[in-house]
Amino acid sequence: MIVSHLPVLQVVVPLLAALIVAVVRSGTVSWMVTFLVSSAMPFIAFALLFQLLSSGPFTYEIGGWVAPFGIEYRVDFFTCFMLIIVSFICVVAVPYARLSIASEVSPGNQPFFYSLYLLFITGLFGIIMTGDAFNAFVFMEISSLSSYGMIAMGRDRNALVAAYQYLIIGTIGASFYVIAVGLLYIMTGTLNLVDISERLRDVESMRPVLAAFVFLFVGLGVKFALFPLHLWLPNAYAYAPCFSAAILSGTATKVSGYLLVIFIFRVFGVSFEYVTAPVISVFFFLAVLGIIIASVAAVFQDNVKRVLAYSSVAQVGYMMLGIYLANLSGLTGAIVHFFNHALIKSALFLAVGSVFYRLGDVHLRNLSGIGKQMPLTMAAFVLASVSLIGLPGTAGFVSKWYLAQGALERGMWPLVILLVFSSVIAVIYMGRILEVAYFGEPSSSSVNVREAPASMLVPLWVLALSSIYFGFDTRFSVGMASKVAETLLMGSG
Amino acid sequence: MKFDIIARVSVKMFLPFILLFGLYIQFHGDYGPGGGFQAGVIIASAIIIYALVFGLFPVHQIVPLRYLRLMMSAGVLIYLSTGILTMILGGNYLEYSVLAHDQIHGQEWGIFFVETGVLITVTGTMTGIFYAFVGRGR
Repeated sequence: MIVSHLPVLQVVVPLLAALIVAVVRSGTVSWMVTFLVSSAMPFIAFALLFQLLSSGPFTYEIGGWVAPFGIEYRVDFFTCFMLIIVSFICVVAVPYARLSIASEVSPGNQPFFYSLYLLFITGLFGIIMTGDAFNAFVFMEISSLSSYGMIAMGRDRNALVAAYQYLIIGTIGASFYVIAVGLLYIMTGTLNLVDISERLRDVESMRPVLAAFVFLFVGLGVKFALFPLHLWLPNAYAYAPCFSAAILSGTATKVSGYLLVIFIFRVFGVSFEYVTAPVISVFFFLAVLGIIIASVAAVFQDNVKRVLAYSSVAQVGYMMLGIYLANLSGLTGAIVHFFNHALIKSALFLAVGSVFYRLGDVHLRNLSGIGKQMPLTMAAFVLASVSLIGLPGTAGFVSKWYLAQGALERGMWPLVILLVFSSVIAVIYMGRILEVAYFGEPSSSSVNVREAPASMLVPLWVLALSSIYFGFDTRFSVGMASKVAETLLMGSG
Repeated sequence: MKFDIIARVSVKMFLPFILLFGLYIQFHGDYGPGGGFQAGVIIASAIIIYALVFGLFPVHQIVPLRYLRLMMSAGVLIYLSTGILTMILGGNYLEYSVLAHDQIHGQEWGIFFVETGVLITVTGTMTGIFYAFVGRGR
């Protein structure tokens, strides 16, 4: 019986836990509840995957109302892939949170932090699962509002300003999304994603649909941190508690990207040529500019968290490039990069968080010699950086390989040069950190620093090793991503 | 305004009517305009006008901050447990039809529970926002 309710349980269980945690007084108890619930999440995600493999895509009708009238939750390969990404990052990172959050958030606020965190993943799971455009907006607001709170709890006072910036920009993005959904609703009379795509075929006037597409692209682009709309991201990641930065960089942008991909290929897919042709060249320019400018900006940052934040913007450029290419290899590259970048960037932020936990600061000048003081943390950091740069045999390489292949299939060989060029810049900005960490002499502030505790090292190493492992064994990541890309492209063909 | 006799007496006179009107909006929501959100705001406004006239201290004694935390969670919890109850009774999540012997009564019960949850959360949150504005930090 419970098996048939799994799609909704994925969303309801963390929501229930968030409410319980909100009334708990003790930080440790709230962490334990969070940990229990987070560890249940991958089980639900994998159970859904097995159900999917045995019976094909299925839906769940909320309130028993049939699909175009009620809200339905759809389970297909893309859904399962994203659920596994988000739940895996969550379950690995939560053990890390206890000490990290205890040191960065005041004791009275810790239950609130965990409550916000659970609401945040509720929102993400909801966006992934729902097959309803407006329901997706509601979940987007749940996840965004809680992420503003998670950022504002940073120890630095600038965290409040960063959260406020993100609040303003994020709200504009969300309202653009609603405008787009409203336009689509006017033109088609439905909010169900599948239903919209079917009815768009018969819509005569394409101009409002084009407007809807542009609003949607800009609105989701803000949440996706696409190049000129990324301005909220560096500050938000730099001043948020390290655990929030790791979770946000690993999951939030990916889920917005997921929604963008769903809209481009599944909703507009049928009328792709007419609607998106004028906009599609914009994808290309933003992706390329994002990769170059954000990578170069990352080289000139003093705060390691900001380096990683700008690098995230560049990585979003890669994903956008794959979406632009819109052939099997390119789209596979983009989707597999959702997975790989989530592993890599979360690992990097967790490593930086461990340094922050011991040192209290992650400005480059204070990090000299930290590689000798915290060898395990920095070794994991090296592994993840190598994967971020994309050396062969790492997860980062796999994504870039498929992107390059996609570019070659379209005959766009200069893009391959761009990929190599941006990897070289990645060597420079990650190399700057590693140089200071390993070849600098320990300064007065870092000489007494010890290795991070085990509860922080284990999650960090799990993510760092898996960012290498998925460079060798691509059966799961690439297998799922290519299957997803195949079904998405079939919808638009 | 603590010493303004007219304000004190009239607020005391109006309080029960404000609360009653809130409940009317709440239960009328099934058939006409209204519902949990509007009713929650009206009931919160009763608390707020009491605070404006009698000061923060007495209102904190009637509705302490820790109650608000409970109310905010409890309301959503009522909403959620309605959904979980319908799942236990064999329907889908929030499928109210299974709550009673026939569909129409089931839908009515479902809306009733859910709106009660909304009422409690909105009252708590509105009062909480007011406390946050007028309070002096923590």
